[in-house]
Amino acid sequence: MHKDQPLIFELSKPGRIGYSLPALDVPAVDVAQVIPTEYIRQEAPDLPEVSELDIMRHYTALSKRNHGVDSGFYPLGSCTMKYNPKINENVARFAGFAHIHPLQPEETVQGALELMYDLQEHLKEITGMDAVTLQPAAGAHGEWTGLMMIRAYHEANGDYNRTKVIVPDTAHGTNPASATVAGFETVTVKSTEEGLVDLDDLRRVVGPDTAALMLTNPNTLGLFEENILEMAEIVHAAGGKLYYDGANLNAVLSKARPGDMGFDVVHLNLHKTFTGPHGGGGPGSGPVGVKADLTPFLPKPTVEKGENGYYLDYDRPKAIGRVKPFYGNFGINVRAYTYIRSMGPDGLKAVTEYAVLNANYMMRRLAEYYDLPYNRHCKHEFVLSGKRQKKLGVRTLDIAKRLLDFGYHPPTIYFPLIVEECMMIEPTETESKETLDAFIDAMIQIAKEAEETPEIVQEAPHTTVVKRLDETTAARKPILRYQK
Amino acid sequence: MLHRYLPMTEEDKQQMLETIGVQSIDELFSDIPESVRFQGEYNIKQAKSEPELMKELMALAAKNADIKTYPSFLGAGVYDHYIPTIVDHVISRSEFYTAYTPYQPEISQGELQAIFEFQTMICELTGMDVANSSMYDGGTALAEAALLSAAHTKKKKVLLSKAVHPEYRDVVKTYAKGPGLEVIEIPYKNGVTDLDALQAEMNEDVACVIVQYPNFFGQIEPLKELEPIAHAHKGMFVVASNPLALGVLTPPGQFGADIVVGDAQPFGIPAQFGGPHCGYFAVKSALMRKIPGRLVGQTTDEEGRRGFVLTLQAREQHIRRDKATSNICSNQALNALAASVAMTALGKKGVKEMATMNIQKAHYAKEAFVNHGFDVVFTGPFFNEFVVRLNKPVAEVNKKLLEKSMIGGYDLGRDYPELQNCMLIAVTELRTKEEIDMLVKELGDCHA
Ligand SMILES: Cc1ncc(COP(=O)(O)O)c(C=O)c1O
Repeated sequence: MHKDQPLIFELSKPGRIGYSLPALDVPAVDVAQVIPTEYIRQEAPDLPEVSELDIMRHYTALSKRNHGVDSGFYPLGSCTMKYNPKINENVARFAGFAHIHPLQPEETVQGALELMYDLQEHLKEITGMDAVTLQPAAGAHGEWTGLMMIRAYHEANGDYNRTKVIVPDTAHGTNPASATVAGFETVTVKSTEEGLVDLDDLRRVVGPDTAALMLTNPNTLGLFEENILEMAEIVHAAGGKLYYDGANLNAVLSKARPGDMGFDVVHLNLHKTFTGPHGGGGPGSGPVGVKADLTPFLPKPTVEKGENGYYLDYDRPKAIGRVKPFYGNFGINVRAYTYIRSMGPDGLKAVTEYAVLNANYMMRRLAEYYDLPYNRHCKHEFVLSGKRQKKLGVRTLDIAKRLLDFGYHPPTIYFPLIVEECMMIEPTETESKETLDAFIDAMIQIAKEAEETPEIVQEAPHTTVVKRLDETTAARKPILRYQK
Repeated sequence: MLHRYLPMTEEDKQQMLETIGVQSIDELFSDIPESVRFQGEYNIKQAKSEPELMKELMALAAKNADIKTYPSFLGAGVYDHYIPTIVDHVISRSEFYTAYTPYQPEISQGELQAIFEFQTMICELTGMDVANSSMYDGGTALAEAALLSAAHTKKKKVLLSKAVHPEYRDVVKTYAKGPGLEVIEIPYKNGVTDLDALQAEMNEDVACVIVQYPNFFGQIEPLKELEPIAHAHKGMFVVASNPLALGVLTPPGQFGADIVVGDAQPFGIPAQFGGPHCGYFAVKSALMRKIPGRLVGQTTDEEGRRGFVLTLQAREQHIRRDKATSNICSNQALNALAASVAMTALGKKGVKEMATMNIQKAHYAKEAFVNHGFDVVFTGPFFNEFVVRLNKPVAEVNKKLLEKSMIGGYDLGRDYPELQNCMLIAVTELRTKEEIDMLVKELGDCHA
């Protein structure tokens, strides 16, 4: 029997405090003298009243009800849940990085600007692009930034009719959503039986109204789009641009660069490939790289290196504007930079090789027990289908829930949408063979349970602090805050 | 290759290759055509060992003048506040920071509950019904508020006060280009939004009116007078707000705001050169199903136990794709956690006490400037920032201050030509009387 953890508000007791502020060392102005009465809050916000130990115990209890990469294997496809190095955390907390104000005089933040500049240089080489901005706060933000630049590019050419962005049916949801926010219409291009973009369908949908094609490569099925150069040709011939969603870059470090594959714009998820921790859902960082013809449209300011040191360049008349206050999620960029510098060129190459080795190994071992919709070498991740188990009454959701009993975070499920009962598994390179084997064993056992004792799977999880939750009522009668 | 993050041994590798049925790892990349194959290694810096890299980056960080060493009077949207020590201890628990979005609620109850508590605290502070689990930052939250207003009202005009943070305004303008919204800036008068100018622009086409409270100059916008103007033609009333100020100020929700956004940076989040901070987004319940980003809701499990889940996901990109209310996916969850811990540590009493101290210290500083003959540009009520006119460029003055190991205020001339030589000075609870006196003394002969 698990005990609930009360809400912090339920632990509150008037008269307790958890803070320590300095005594007021200036004459105490009476707030009522300087703020008009109607602007003075009459009722204090009902925040908790607890001691420091109460707080620590509360959040420690909550943390124990949470699974992170440090807790155990986390093969969540598309999310690259690799180990988050601890040196990154320490470096990001150096006073000279953590406690600098974005509007300080440039001469007082030369170290920060140098780091940003050097990170940009590294990312340019890694992606094969000509310029990089670190401003976007996450992948989706990078997508929108890149699309706004593509839009500005077309408009600068007097080309106002490029209203459509093409995305494959395997695309992540943020791709079409970002296209909408950037003011485009989304057109979907089909995949072939082999799981790659259907070139004939691409030829059909591409046209004078095409602004861009958005792609991940390898795609979200974990397969490398081998026809990438041909696709680039089709899109470029029609006057469109090629956008690279870098969420899957972990698969191709030192193997293939977006810039060499014909892409014009790329965003990276530093919180995936480059170990900015996922933080329970953020903050991330989504730098965008572009080819030379799009460089004038980069959001401002850019970080430049001059004769007298590094500086921020605001004098960029063609810039799409600002996409974020200040200069991006610097703290995450510090972590990514630390990681890249910890790995070096040979390390990054090994990252991809092991990520791909691990994924193929798991795929081959599991193929006997689950349907493998695309039987070819995968890259850093692969998809299985729970079709076979579904016939036995066990759904992919059940399999995912059953994995919780083994102490694993399940794979991404029901995505990509084109695979029935999909499970998308991404082991990453930081996991050992022992871990992979243990997970595979659990998956095999679950496959057997589906045949022999399906109810064990259907009723899972059995060991977690709560059982399956009623999501329908949660959405129908939303309770979104605590009320006394 | 041996690396502390890469556990595969040569033996493991051989066994795995055998299972896969290939001779070499290279074979696994045979699907990448030669024409796009990258040959060799990246031309980037060679790896450094842990101690060497630590040393190098420590030296790099030391090239920066940090605001814990140099007393700073910079605010302008990012503030040097008391961060309870406990905050970093909580967010350093790796069950939180190495997790992803709580898509599997049974093993993510900790994160989900923490977000639910965050949502509650934001509602408490802003006086709103519903708050989401966070946005990237205050600026993008404001831009999304404009988009939401336009989508909800099906109108295309955004009236944006010039007393809103200039960088926030820039972000709003960039986002507005997507759906083709027209952004009209409303001038300020004596440091707050000019009501007559606003009135003159109001009509049936206005999707929303956007003001900041306290505004960029630190002044307290007259929300009471603004609200009826904003609502006269069924537009939305959007308020960007420093949540710390709401420890003392009447919450925007009580003045009838429809959307309240801002940045929770004042609560437990270091300046970090401008990010990551933590946008928040709060709405009246009528907008609940249109709010961008993730929402956590309370529910029960099969045995009736209380639990928490991501909810109303039909708004979001992973379900609705191009019809989603926003494209946001990753947000700022860990910083929302940091803000929650800080708000919890400060609690009901501390938030008010800290906000009050900001008012008191800032007013002491303002008085000191007045007494030394300075022109304090705006005379209305203010929170922790005010504007002083100098007789020379702010950049020049700031250089001088730096020689005295102090970081001066923000140069308003950068954004407002009419405010050349005007410095926006922020005084938080962390600035001591001594530091304030020193600032006034060092600026001594700079009054206009
Ligand atoms: C393929 C793909 N594209 C884009 C994104 C969006 O990235 P972010 O969550 O950083 O906005 C994700 C992340 O979930 C992804 O997996």
